[in-house]
Amino acid sequence: MSGFLTVLVIVLIFVVIFQIAKASEYVSILKGEKKARQQSNRINGFLMIVFLVLGLFGAYYCNDVLKDKLGPGAASVQGEGIDTLIAVTLAITGFVCVVTQVLLFWFAFKFQEKEGRNAFYFPHNSKLEVIWTVIPAIALTILVAFGLKHWFAITSDAPKDAMVVEVTGKQFNWLVRYPGKDGQLGSKKFKLISDVNSNPVGQDWEDGLNKDDFMSNEIHLVVGKPVKFIIGSRDVIHDVGLPQFRMKMDAVPGIPTTLWITPKYTTTDMRAKTENPDFVFELSCDQMCGAGHFSMRAVIVVETQQEFDAWAAKQKSQYELANASATPAPAAGADSTASKAVAIAK
Amino acid sequence: MSNEATLHSHQEVHGSLEHDQHGNGHDGHEHHGTFISKYVFSMDHKMIAKQFLITGIVWAIIGAFFSVLFRLQLGFPDTSFPWLSSILGHWAENGHIKPEAYYALVTMHGTILVFFVLTAGLSGTFSNFLIPLQVGARDMASPFMNMLSYWFFFIASLVMMASLFVQTGPASGGWTAYPPLSALGDASIGSKIGMDLWITSMALFVVSQLLGGLNYISTILNMRTKGMSMTKMPLTIWAFFFTAVLGVLSFPVLLSGFILLLFDRHAGTSFYLSDIFVAGKALSNEGGSAILYQHLFWFLGHPEVYIIVLPAMGIVSEVLAINSRKPIFGYLAMIGSLFAICILAFLVWAHHMFVTGLNPFLGAFFVLLTLLIAVPSAIKVFNWLTTIWRGNINFTPGALFSIGFVSTFISGGLTGIWLGNSSIDIHLHDTYFVIAHFHIVMGVSAFFGMFAGIYHWFPKMYGRFLNNTLGYIHFWITLCGAYLIFWPMHYEGLAGMPRRYYDYSTWESFKQFAGLNHFISIVVIMVFATQLLFVFNFFYSIFKGRKLTIANPWKATTLEWTTPIHAGHGNWPGEVPEVHRWPYDYSKDGVDFIPQTVPIGPNESEH
Repeated sequence: MSGFLTVLVIVLIFVVIFQIAKASEYVSILKGEKKARQQSNRINGFLMIVFLVLGLFGAYYCNDVLKDKLGPGAASVQGEGIDTLIAVTLAITGFVCVVTQVLLFWFAFKFQEKEGRNAFYFPHNSKLEVIWTVIPAIALTILVAFGLKHWFAITSDAPKDAMVVEVTGKQFNWLVRYPGKDGQLGSKKFKLISDVNSNPVGQDWEDGLNKDDFMSNEIHLVVGKPVKFIIGSRDVIHDVGLPQFRMKMDAVPGIPTTLWITPKYTTTDMRAKTENPDFVFELSCDQMCGAGHFSMRAVIVVETQQEFDAWAAKQKSQYELANASATPAPAAGADSTASKAVAIAK
Repeated sequence: MSNEATLHSHQEVHGSLEHDQHGNGHDGHEHHGTFISKYVFSMDHKMIAKQFLITGIVWAIIGAFFSVLFRLQLGFPDTSFPWLSSILGHWAENGHIKPEAYYALVTMHGTILVFFVLTAGLSGTFSNFLIPLQVGARDMASPFMNMLSYWFFFIASLVMMASLFVQTGPASGGWTAYPPLSALGDASIGSKIGMDLWITSMALFVVSQLLGGLNYISTILNMRTKGMSMTKMPLTIWAFFFTAVLGVLSFPVLLSGFILLLFDRHAGTSFYLSDIFVAGKALSNEGGSAILYQHLFWFLGHPEVYIIVLPAMGIVSEVLAINSRKPIFGYLAMIGSLFAICILAFLVWAHHMFVTGLNPFLGAFFVLLTLLIAVPSAIKVFNWLTTIWRGNINFTPGALFSIGFVSTFISGGLTGIWLGNSSIDIHLHDTYFVIAHFHIVMGVSAFFGMFAGIYHWFPKMYGRFLNNTLGYIHFWITLCGAYLIFWPMHYEGLAGMPRRYYDYSTWESFKQFAGLNHFISIVVIMVFATQLLFVFNFFYSIFKGRKLTIANPWKATTLEWTTPIHAGHGNWPGEVPEVHRWPYDYSKDGVDFIPQTVPIGPNESEH
């Protein structure tokens, strides 16, 4: 019933607007075309200035309301450089945006049609055109230079002492594998993948390096220690998105990718910083991967070396889990993160 | 003369169907063609333009309505809308859109708006309508191919429409249709028959674009009237020319990408597939590269955004100059920047792929070339600003939308400098920042260009005006609404909020934007209702609008206004007029405007 009423109200509003519009056309014929044109130019010219003022105020207000929702800034060393680059780019583009928008709406208001005004025949001016070719070119060169400097820094090889974490995307959760005590990940083959036999990433049990590799639902990282993610997918393209660390890399089936970061704050630090006791670092899937895309979430815990070591010591290797008979498969548990998607889908 | 020859020779080949129509076009008589030959299988470029426009409007309503539906989910995730179940059936049980349906709606919204509305509806309409009229040709180089271009688009539309109704639903892997998701029916329900229909429809669409594009290029190059040298063409024509070149060179690459995808889907090939374990079993495909598709897709995909926005630029240049009563500032620089954009458009595709694992060294070149595009774009903006400076601006709805275009092009273009810089993109990629950026710069802007064109040339199309008051309401609400919708999205993106999420409530990092999403969805509904007002104005005015009483209502210099109010097939009743000057002699030597057909006077100053 309320739906019907809403539609009725909308239709009524339409009819009223249409009647006004039609009437205004008759009025303009009565008043004479010239007078109607002058009036509409005055109104629209005035609205140009109104829009400019409201727009500038609105942009300020929008920033005021939303700036606290952005979070406390980058939580990785690499991300801080990105934040700086964003700030520089914002300063340059923000300045250009305000100046050009002000000119646009001010000109529109100022040079609205008036009786007796003649437009100025001004087809070109080489000097002006050179100026506004060269200045943007210089500004952009600066941005490219800073951007690429940082780009090469963050895409360079990870430090030798970086810890290694393998993240594999699947519909619809993340499979996280640690190399274990030997610090080396064992080899894997996609044809060996078996969820039933607790081998979700297809580890080759013949490979001795696999014996101590363990898997986890959460990603644990050590504060201040570089970490290199080895990223893959076992079905469609996913993307490892690390919003607080300002990093991102696609997970592509068949083509391993990497990214590395140095976390700067522990999860506990961030809880204090944001004054939010529920704060967690999250890994989001940033490449559309199917109906459960929005639920591909993993929690990242950044902690001290001691905390990490204690946690790692408690983990059971996947080899153990897969080869111990009658053990419930933990990999199936990993699927529960996608429960919401699956529940709604079914 | 060459125009006439073409028209007649063509008539001999296909003469039986529209003999009467052609014979009479340039004799100034009314048409005597049958309903079918005049309104359905018409070869008159003006009628084909209207067909593209109206088909585009129908698609725009559908595509925009889809966005209203998925915005309901984003803005009101906890509210049940029983009427959704009525229209979507099992895709929306209990009044909630299901994730599968949500992704289908998102995908179809993108596909429809990018290809069917802003490519076919915008460039299809105005290239067809304006090229022969403004270069002084009686019709396109091949009116028959032109007709086929529309009908291929129509069949593509039918196939796409049909895909909405299949049991497993339409394609739902995003408008970019990245494999393996789009290649494997087991990975997504939308990748079953819906995806085949999507590929078929897009293939037909590519054929339509090629037929149209080749026609636009050959008409512009070969069929200009006497005196119409390339540098005397209006900027609209230059823009349509570069648009057509982009389309002809890049759409075939897209088609090749789709064909390989079709092979992977049905012929067991492994172009894009490797090392995949899906639906409980490992596939036999090895050695393919999922990234290869992205290269092929974006080789069209990036030029595509210029295919969308260049016609809008051309239209805006023309409409701003006419309504400011001033020449466009820097005509040659405008052509030069269109050319530069056209070249660079082919050299920047991988900036969509900075986070695919692309070689960082290679990425550096794409950063450089991408940011280079900002230079011609800046030139264009400054030239538009200078065009209205010291003008005498008459705010017709067309002029308002042109000013709106410049505003949104600035706002959306500048954020391109953020995203083109790979270091920033690595954070903002696939977040709402990208949504905000491209919706403002190629969604809203291109629509504003299209609206400017419709309001401006509607009198030439139908011999009547659109209602001005409705036009003003339409403009101001749409401009404010567009900023209210997309401006705050930048903040969501800066927080890293990913696009294409069905629900954010479980995410500690993104759920703080629930209130904002709610607000945006309400504005979306209001803006959508306002567009319906425009649609009503459009169809009402075709039949009941204020009649055009003079041939040149905007006091414009270009050739289309030298035709009769209701121009027949062939456009000019007598000889095609000869051109003597460039199209921007407004307020020159104290004269309000000098049409292109007026010879240069002995005492006239140089421009």
